[in-house]
Amino acid sequence: MQNFFNWITSNQQIIYIVILMVFVGIEVIGRVPSVLHTPLMSGANAIHGVVIIGAIIVMGKAENNNFTALILGFLAVVLGTLNVVGGFVVTDRMLEMFKKKKAHNPNNII
Amino acid sequence: MEISILTVLYLVASVSFILGLKMLSHPETARKGNLAAAAGMSLAIFGTIFLYQDEDGSKLHNYGWIFTGLVIGGIIGVAAAKKVKMTAMPEMVSLFNGMGGACAALISLVEFNHFAATDFTFRIFEAYDSTAGIDEDMLVLPVPTAMIITVLLGLIIGSISFAGSMVAWGKLNGRIQDKTFKGHHVSNLVLLGGILIISILLIIQIHSSFRLGPEELRILHLRNPLLSKINITLPVSVYIVFYAIFLLSLLYGILFVLPIGGADMPVVISLLNSFTGVAAACGGFLYDNKVMLTGGILVGAAGTLLTILMCRAMNRSLKNVLIGSFGGNASQTAVNKDQGQFKEITLNDAAVVMAYANKVMIVPGYGLAVAQAQHACHELEKILNERGVNVKYAIHPVAGRMPGHMNVLLAEADVSYEKLLEMEHANDEFPTTDVVLVLGANDVVNPAAKSDPDSPIYGMPILDVELAKTVIVNKRSMKPGYAGIENQLFFQPKTSMLFGDAKKVLQDLIGEIKNL
Repeated sequence: MQNFFNWITSNQQIIYIVILMVFVGIEVIGRVPSVLHTPLMSGANAIHGVVIIGAIIVMGKAENNNFTALILGFLAVVLGTLNVVGGFVVTDRMLEMFKKKKAHNPNNII
Repeated sequence: MEISILTVLYLVASVSFILGLKMLSHPETARKGNLAAAAGMSLAIFGTIFLYQDEDGSKLHNYGWIFTGLVIGGIIGVAAAKKVKMTAMPEMVSLFNGMGGACAALISLVEFNHFAATDFTFRIFEAYDSTAGIDEDMLVLPVPTAMIITVLLGLIIGSISFAGSMVAWGKLNGRIQDKTFKGHHVSNLVLLGGILIISILLIIQIHSSFRLGPEELRILHLRNPLLSKINITLPVSVYIVFYAIFLLSLLYGILFVLPIGGADMPVVISLLNSFTGVAAACGGFLYDNKVMLTGGILVGAAGTLLTILMCRAMNRSLKNVLIGSFGGNASQTAVNKDQGQFKEITLNDAAVVMAYANKVMIVPGYGLAVAQAQHACHELEKILNERGVNVKYAIHPVAGRMPGHMNVLLAEADVSYEKLLEMEHANDEFPTTDVVLVLGANDVVNPAAKSDPDSPIYGMPILDVELAKTVIVNKRSMKPGYAGIENQLFFQPKTSMLFGDAKKVLQDLIGEIKNL
């Protein structure tokens, strides 16, 4: 029990961040019209690609003779980059279509 | 100095994620929002590469490997994202999501090996105080339990997300069929419980490896404590159990998604999306990295809410979706009904009915996406517009394979944003609509959701197309939809069927209308 409280005290910053971010995430999504659900899901998908930073740290800390760490870390960097880059590009492609159509026929409102 | 710059960069990146998500919620700012989040991400990535220092102040190395990885991943990512067809977008999102999950799981694998390879040799002089003798409290090494829990969580959630996304991807592009066996859900629960129990046992085992037994304590007192060392080694079983957890999590991910029907895939992808978010946040805990934590939790929370919103749109609980009444069981419940006769309509008649209507409502579904018929659909809309027909689209929130799937598809074909009606508005307009054209949609217009308490989709809000004067349904055949349920709508007197591939039928319709 003592350990648990110690842990809470020494990690309170992180715990605060988690709690606040949960509310921010809910608030931000709450007002999304359903037309934007797919791009939004795709955008969120790209944002959790931030896991790439962990992969970079793993890769950058691996010793030169530790091939398991090097190979796994390298794979993690490639997959993480796929998630980030692919995610943002796909989202942009989706949104581009919304925008193009808006610019094209502004008088088409019925 | 450098580390403070990195802190600022992370702060900027975190804010850009929040702003990005916020801007993504409005059609006018959505694209900028995406770019803002991408810019923030680039700052965080390159900041990490060049400025990151660990607690000892040493910087990262292996730049060659890192940049090669970034370039390879970047090229494949851009190529895949540029090449993918709009209809295959949900699969792509699922695939990228799986990559993120795999990345989180790999990080955990490396970190665990790193932890296990640490030299735990315990030097007695650290516990030895020359005046008071051995301080027994110091004889227990501080075990980084929180760190091990985080590594395990990242491994489990990341693996489930990866395996689940791969199955969802395979299901969406038709490579994997719905499969379920007797007691599937029970065995899933048992498996998940098993993973958790084994994880807890593993933590206890690691913990106890660090505690010195009475035998070791006795030896300590005999020797000269200043020279004494005790070797702490993790038993081989720790590795075996760790990799067993990894494999079981992958298996769970597969079994978790396998029985869930295609109609529920949007919910599952959204859920897995939030899983990956949480897995990324685990990495944030591990490295005390605020930007990973912020981004991960943000997506985890938002994804969970999105999942719940989608379940609510179908008037079902998340539990109901996951335990799943769609798919296998559904077809058995609804077969024993007298279906009556359906009637077909010729292309020419359909063309006449639509061309002389005042208001036509198009209800798109997955069939439209499969047939790539969005451009033909827009073509039909234009030609009807020229004849003075008011054409609108009724979009069910879960039509297609993803929320907003139809919107994206129609946007690709330049259909005006204002013509897409959400379900509530569309339902208000159906009574004044002359012709409803259902293009490859089925379950979202199935009146059984309102009238038949035995139906698996009972309670799901639907588009009330029967309120319109005439309904024309385009399908490839009389086969039931993805949920495997018969649709009473097709047998009603005001409904007529127009069989064929959506694209071909639309093109023929356009030709007929031109000839009128």
